[in-house]
Amino acid sequence: MMDNEKSRGMLSPYRVLDLTDEKGLLCGKVLGDLGADVIKVEKPGGDAARSIGPFYHDEPHPEKSLFWFAFNANKRGVTLDITTVDGQDIFKRLARTADFVIESFHPGHMQKLGLGYRALSKINPRLIMVSITPFGQSGPYRNYKAPDIVATALGGYMYPTGDKDRAPLRISHHSQAYLHAGAEAAVGAMIALHHRQITGKGQYIDLSIQASVVQNTFVHTSLWDMTKTITERGGVTRNIKGRQIWPCKDGFVTWYFVGGAQGVRRCPGLVQWMDSEGFADDFLKGFDWSTFETAALDPEVLNRIEEPTARFFMRHTQAELLEGAVKYHTTIFPINTARGIVESRQLAAREFWVEVEHSELNTSITYPGAFAHCSETPPQIYRRAPLIGEHNDEIFRGELGLSPEELLRLKEAKVV
Amino acid sequence: MVKKPLAGIKVVGLTWYVTGPQITKTLAAYGAEVVKIEGHTRHDPGREYPPYKDNIAGLNRCGDFNSYNTGNLSIALNLAKPRGIEIVKRLVARADVVVDNFAGQAMPRMGLGYEELRKVKPDIIMLSACMQGQTGPYATLPGSGGHLVALSGFTYITGWPDRQPAGPHGPYTDYIGPRFCLTAILAALDYRRRTGKGQYIDVSQYETSIHFLAPLLLDYTVNGRVAGGMGNRCSYAAPHGAYRCHGKDRWCAIAVFSDGEWSSFRKVIGNPPWSKDPRFGTLLGRKKNEDELDRLVEEWTVNYPAEQVMTMMQSAGVAAGVLETNQDMMEHDPQLKHRHFFRELDHPETGPYHAPGSAFNLSRATYELKRAPLLGEHNEYVLKELLSMSDSEIAKLSAEGVLE
Repeated sequence: MMDNEKSRGMLSPYRVLDLTDEKGLLCGKVLGDLGADVIKVEKPGGDAARSIGPFYHDEPHPEKSLFWFAFNANKRGVTLDITTVDGQDIFKRLARTADFVIESFHPGHMQKLGLGYRALSKINPRLIMVSITPFGQSGPYRNYKAPDIVATALGGYMYPTGDKDRAPLRISHHSQAYLHAGAEAAVGAMIALHHRQITGKGQYIDLSIQASVVQNTFVHTSLWDMTKTITERGGVTRNIKGRQIWPCKDGFVTWYFVGGAQGVRRCPGLVQWMDSEGFADDFLKGFDWSTFETAALDPEVLNRIEEPTARFFMRHTQAELLEGAVKYHTTIFPINTARGIVESRQLAAREFWVEVEHSELNTSITYPGAFAHCSETPPQIYRRAPLIGEHNDEIFRGELGLSPEELLRLKEAKVV
Repeated sequence: MVKKPLAGIKVVGLTWYVTGPQITKTLAAYGAEVVKIEGHTRHDPGREYPPYKDNIAGLNRCGDFNSYNTGNLSIALNLAKPRGIEIVKRLVARADVVVDNFAGQAMPRMGLGYEELRKVKPDIIMLSACMQGQTGPYATLPGSGGHLVALSGFTYITGWPDRQPAGPHGPYTDYIGPRFCLTAILAALDYRRRTGKGQYIDVSQYETSIHFLAPLLLDYTVNGRVAGGMGNRCSYAAPHGAYRCHGKDRWCAIAVFSDGEWSSFRKVIGNPPWSKDPRFGTLLGRKKNEDELDRLVEEWTVNYPAEQVMTMMQSAGVAAGVLETNQDMMEHDPQLKHRHFFRELDHPETGPYHAPGSAFNLSRATYELKRAPLLGEHNEYVLKELLSMSDSEIAKLSAEGVLE
């Protein structure tokens, strides 16, 4: 049942059947943000992703996973065991009127269940099916397991990340690789939607998580292709040899000295500010930024510039340094924590945060809201993530016409 | 021959660096016509970002520019001149989509804001992707992707618990935004097909990026917790990390999540006595003794090439992966080769080069990359063929310094 608001969304006429696990949840979330009717199909008892933390009040419970909440808002939820014949039958009935099926099972799994693209497209030639897997449906790594650290490693993103004197790093906590894949799967789905306007038919989309990670390369692949050089790790910006991360009074900030046109734009402002507080000596005040080149620089000179700067930063908080950067036309940014983000004046002014009702917890929770401001059809958070089997009645009985007895029988047989 | 998915879609790109070009790259690859507005007086600074071919600088020799700007037509206009702006508007008048990733409010300042462009094309779909959005106290604050990575929280959570954050490689957030932007543009096109209405899509890259941190943001708003970097550890797996292998700076990631995988892992490494120690028999035990565990694992991995560690582990059902260098990805990775991920393109100034391709394959449509343009390469084509200008009009524009 869609309310008036949802019927105004960019994708409001479309239905998505979302069979994904952790590897693909974001796809349905993005489509749901744009107004699509997304039905999350979980196995009876709930998807494994519900055991991923963090948890509401640190209570590990399948209905309290904040990870689940984040990436399954805007979806309704049903439970269905598609490994059973009855489950496959029901799924096919749903697929008959769906526009998209998204899944992230092991390659070949859906086919084995009689629910592969060939079978489903016979039932619904307009259906668009998206499969998200670690390496794609075929190839030498087809059967390789890829938790985030492996996907990120094989995607080339770990090697250039981190400090030179230790192992390369991944971005901590939940998988970034899976989010790139999920977001890119939504793009693929939309390309296919366009194509359907021309051909009248759906199609199959085979997405590789590894390839999604490889796309995040900055300078990385070009370095090899153009100069046969291996990227070194250490620092955000490869061409900067000076410091980039500096401690300050209450955390860290990012700032780096540069030369040339950029340097002339950015550095004098900082020096002026430092001078107003007695941190800039004549050497710093008289420095010629236009000819400055960190790559070729004498470490002693760099130290003479950086040492007073380090002391200056330690005197100020992240907030002060950001405000000062605005005032003095320079570019210092906080190395923000979750707190800094949630307290951001900019995000508040953009009305970014939304309150989402969680009646089952007797509370509402503050969520990140729309991913874009759209003048006609803004993305929204329409509803919280579904509880396990929350919409079984609405969909199996209300839409498919199963009787209460049939639903009960299927429940007892663990099909739903 | 089936038409390409985006055949007939016309895009005007005022794009620079990474984000804008990454958006128009995909649109072009699926058949859209993309005209990139550049200039000699003011060109995409992304053309001046090393590495260059053979380390020789040149506006057409930049590796990353040539990877991101595939399939673009390039017209070099001087946008400081009113006639330059007029030409952009003429292109918009026949277009479906406008994409820009300039600083906040830059387009309206140039006379190319949504309200202006609506006048020439009422149903235009315009997407602006700047750092922090078109509105709000920091809308016009300049900053690069490198700064946004820090502002949006990724730097803080990439690092070892015992030292200052390290931060991810490159302007990581530059690669998140385009994915959301493309979905929004394509969905908006469908909405327009159904309703006749275009719209303005104001994207803050800050906002799109932090969606990738949503669970951690909820952890703060609900639990008051500030998550930091955990090195390469995972709270519910061990061993889990990057282990040094044989050779110079060679590493393999290994991740063991279950009892079965732990048993297989032990078998692969030859069931050494330490691995039978009850201290390591349970997940809780392995987490408690993780420093020692990591040391012992590395004492084994350091004897083998990373590739061999990976194949031995994966054959036994244990997740493992070489930490591929750029060389590995482009020269050795058999899976990327199988997917034909890197596309070879010929280029008049650099010779053949290899651009990253698509993460997905469509069954009924091909993803086609055409090389990136030389600066102003399509001046005549755009003005003559797309805008039906006469030779004398074009000559006049050159003489006036509008066409560069």
